[in-house]
Amino acid sequence: MKTTNSKIGGLLATMTLAVGLSGPAAAEEDTFKIGVITFLSGQAAESFGVPAWNGGKLLVDMLNEGGKLPAPYDQKGFGGMNIEVVVVDEAGGATKQVQEFRNLVQREEVDAVVGYVSSGDCLAIPPVADELKAFTILYDCGTPRVFEDGSYEYVFRTAAHATMDNVSLARYLKSRNFDVPSFAGLNQDYAWGQDSWADFTGAMNQLYPDAEVKTALFPKFGAGQYGTEISALLREKPALVHSSNWGGDLQGFLIQATARGLHKRSQLALAAGDHVIPQLQDKMPDGIFLGARGVNGLAAYARGGELEELTNTMWEAYEAEYDTFPVQAPFRMWQAIFGLKTAIEKAMAENGGTKPTSEELAAAMQGLSWDAPSGHIEMALANGHQAIQPNAIGTTKWNAETGKMELVDVEYYDARCVNPPDGMKSQEWIAQGFPGAQCD
Amino acid sequence: MDLAATILVDGLIYAGWLFIVSVGLTLVFGVLNILNIAHGSLYAIGAYASASLVGAYFASGGDAFPYGSYAALILAAVLVALVLGPLLERGLLRFFYGRDEVLNVLVTYAVFLILEDVMKLIWGVNPYFVYEPYTLLGDVEIGPLFYVGYDFAVIAAAIIVGLVVWLTLNHTQIGKVVLAVIHDSEMSQTMGVNVQRVYLGAFMAGAFLAALGGALTAPMISVTPGLGVNVIIVAFAVVIIGGLGSIPGAAIGALMVGISRAASVHLLPEAELFIIYFVMAIVLLFRPEGLFAKTQARKI
Amino acid sequence: MQSNLIISAIVALVALAAGAVILPDWAMFLFAMALAKGLVCLGIVGMMRGGVVSFGQGLYYCLGAYTATLVANNFGISDIFLLTFLSALVCLLVGIAFGPLLSNYRGIFFAMLSLALSMVLYGSLSKMSFIGGTDGLNIAAPTFLGWAPEGRPLQAALYIYVVTISVIAGTLMRIYFDSERGLLTLATRDNELRVEYLGASVRNIMTYNYVFGAVLGGIGGTIAALALGHVDPEFAFWTTSGEFVFVAILAGYLSVPAVFVSAIILELVRSFSNLYFPNTWQLALGIFLLAVIIALPNGLGSLVRRWKGNKA
Repeated sequence: MKTTNSKIGGLLATMTLAVGLSGPAAAEEDTFKIGVITFLSGQAAESFGVPAWNGGKLLVDMLNEGGKLPAPYDQKGFGGMNIEVVVVDEAGGATKQVQEFRNLVQREEVDAVVGYVSSGDCLAIPPVADELKAFTILYDCGTPRVFEDGSYEYVFRTAAHATMDNVSLARYLKSRNFDVPSFAGLNQDYAWGQDSWADFTGAMNQLYPDAEVKTALFPKFGAGQYGTEISALLREKPALVHSSNWGGDLQGFLIQATARGLHKRSQLALAAGDHVIPQLQDKMPDGIFLGARGVNGLAAYARGGELEELTNTMWEAYEAEYDTFPVQAPFRMWQAIFGLKTAIEKAMAENGGTKPTSEELAAAMQGLSWDAPSGHIEMALANGHQAIQPNAIGTTKWNAETGKMELVDVEYYDARCVNPPDGMKSQEWIAQGFPGAQCD
Repeated sequence: MDLAATILVDGLIYAGWLFIVSVGLTLVFGVLNILNIAHGSLYAIGAYASASLVGAYFASGGDAFPYGSYAALILAAVLVALVLGPLLERGLLRFFYGRDEVLNVLVTYAVFLILEDVMKLIWGVNPYFVYEPYTLLGDVEIGPLFYVGYDFAVIAAAIIVGLVVWLTLNHTQIGKVVLAVIHDSEMSQTMGVNVQRVYLGAFMAGAFLAALGGALTAPMISVTPGLGVNVIIVAFAVVIIGGLGSIPGAAIGALMVGISRAASVHLLPEAELFIIYFVMAIVLLFRPEGLFAKTQARKI
Repeated sequence: MQSNLIISAIVALVALAAGAVILPDWAMFLFAMALAKGLVCLGIVGMMRGGVVSFGQGLYYCLGAYTATLVANNFGISDIFLLTFLSALVCLLVGIAFGPLLSNYRGIFFAMLSLALSMVLYGSLSKMSFIGGTDGLNIAAPTFLGWAPEGRPLQAALYIYVVTISVIAGTLMRIYFDSERGLLTLATRDNELRVEYLGASVRNIMTYNYVFGAVLGGIGGTIAALALGHVDPEFAFWTTSGEFVFVAILAGYLSVPAVFVSAIILELVRSFSNLYFPNTWQLALGIFLLAVIIALPNGLGSLVRRWKGNKA
């Protein structure tokens, strides 16, 4: 036994040396290195991870080249520094992500981390980020729990949390005078679907107190087959069917539901559905109420206004590069990178132009506001760590002449109309009838 | 239409699909004694291949005779079996015959991981759609509900697959040879049976059935990465319930899971996630080796 | 033999504990996680010696992790010793409840039934939104008998803790493997009926092995949860369990230290392939698995055996 153990000990020591020596050289002063974590495999790759990083890569290239964007984003890179990127796949669960995060910060020595689509990852990472004092931007995930259940110094979320999605949807029904005697839900059976349904029923309870909930279906994530669920929805005949499904699950549901005429019997309302348009095209039926988790995609393109130049620059560059239009995910990646750029340049203006430390970055980011193609972003909640942003809901309409899907009857909601005020949990805010909401 | 009938129809449609995806798994286990996790990958590859092939069919003027797309679906499954069957069986699995069952599960798990990325390298992450075959057969109105004709075609396909496999095994020369190999491969070899060829044939048949399951599902879904992982567990459950290696077992298992799942969605949606494990646990509690387990000689 | 065993345990403990000084931060964390998972795999190896492999060890890994997290969050207990003890206790009780049932099953049925049990836990936790559902829960950093380190000292303390537990567990399991019941387990692997005819109860042996596996799984899960600071139902998902099985197979059933080495190797391979091949890390991992299975069919442990055999 002794020989066995000491042999193993020797092997361990050798391995230790081997890995210990292979650390990277410390980052240069004139480059800013970011670690990007996003889904490159699994279901969320196609819907969120890959389009997000397509958009991100495009923007990083444009920034590194410099002068490609309108002011205030005309300076090269981040405050003149070249941007270097390490990309890591988000697939594999929170356990793996915590390990990868430590590797990015301690082994790759990145200056900032931008990432996370999955809510589970967004809950697991912040304590570690604070422990390592690593400046971290959560760019996509939806759960309000991140900053409602905890508070962190080095962690910021540059996108609004998911409460806004379903509150806006309920407000849209009300403002369009849509009659909802009854409704039903079909949501994926994991935290995202469960939370979305809770938010939606909560908001409906305020705005349509008499509406009856017919059934709440939670097919397994990645189920693919919705035949039985669709039968149940057809039988129950609700006036409205709510779904926060995304990706392949949403596409499969829409294909099967429209083939069986569900959209003719019930109004479909999709809280996060814009990202399936490029794939489904005219297979997406007309008249669906559609959200994009922010003024993203078609709603941003249709908005115009003072952000038109920035939006169109990014929109056209994306279309030219990838031959399809940008949906919600690249918009959220853009607002994260623009936010990071703004924070870095603000910190550099204060420290005399050197590369900012994590502390300086965190101080600059706190309570920051900036413009992105998705609107004016304000770090207004959770002591300046959680963003709010405006939202939009529209109705799908296929334009046969141009061969493009359009969004009509779009309603834009002010950030403060659909997000809770600072210091209030979203669940309570909904349950108390949206106190402090500022709608025009 | 009354609730019981709806549950029955929904359950049958789901059971038809379940049977097609699990019968190949049970066949491969019966002959090769390998529980093939890569079955899920073959399913996904079948879906991708049929999406590509049907897409190509319509791109090359298939609109004139859209029903030809069904031939393209089946052809896709055949192609997958012809290419990947020999590659996996001859190239890899044959080195592991007679080894520990669990080790073989790991070998196929490694294959599963590899194929996940290979699919991504070939087809990318963007989804593929081939809805034409799905809507081609029109609607079927049952009471107040509409069903898609294609759903019933899947049931028919499942029945045909089941009959063909069962008849081949029990009423043909080839079938008798296969049964002999299942019973005792060493003895069969000494009697002059080309066991290698039986293994290859069985694995290709299993691969075909997995790919067929994917090919038939492709028109009703969006074909995206990660498709295979969800299929494996349900197919495993069905096969375990029915008894590993048993074709009638897979059919009964599929029916039990299909109908109890439909009942759960209509009556108790909260329980849907558990229903498959619930059925499995109940069956294994009373029949520790599944409903139709093959009897094994005990060696002292 | 006994004194030799204790000496080698002390050597291993010192060699590994030196890592707390030498290792860079990220590697220390990686080793700590690997050793925690190695504990779970040690339990599988114990069952493997009897010829069965649990594909559902995630059940206890997850149960231990959630027990620690819920106790820590609801009762304000942060002491690592107490949390480990409580989780081990819960897993012991659950193991005793399921052990006799599972001891009737062999081969693929044992594997699949244990998998079904862990998937039921996965499903139940996913449904319980009041404890976070699929998003899971966070758990604060542990304290060590009143000492509350932060930063590198915290990581080092956790690392030393898991090293100590691993060495103790490894030594105890070695003693168990060499005991009468442990040797009967090996005999069961060769032929169950023979063991029964000798007058031993195979069911009894299997139950013991299963319960040990449950306790080790719970301890591993607790340490992993404390190191990560987060738990979610994924701990009980079949792919997590599959990874444990892989480590056990990679190690083989011959050597105890090989289990921990295998766990470390797998973590290293995964971590580096993930970074260097972000788009094809599954491919890289799959090829690595196949290569190992082909090159070392009886596991790393057989390498040590072979080497010792040559020397003799």
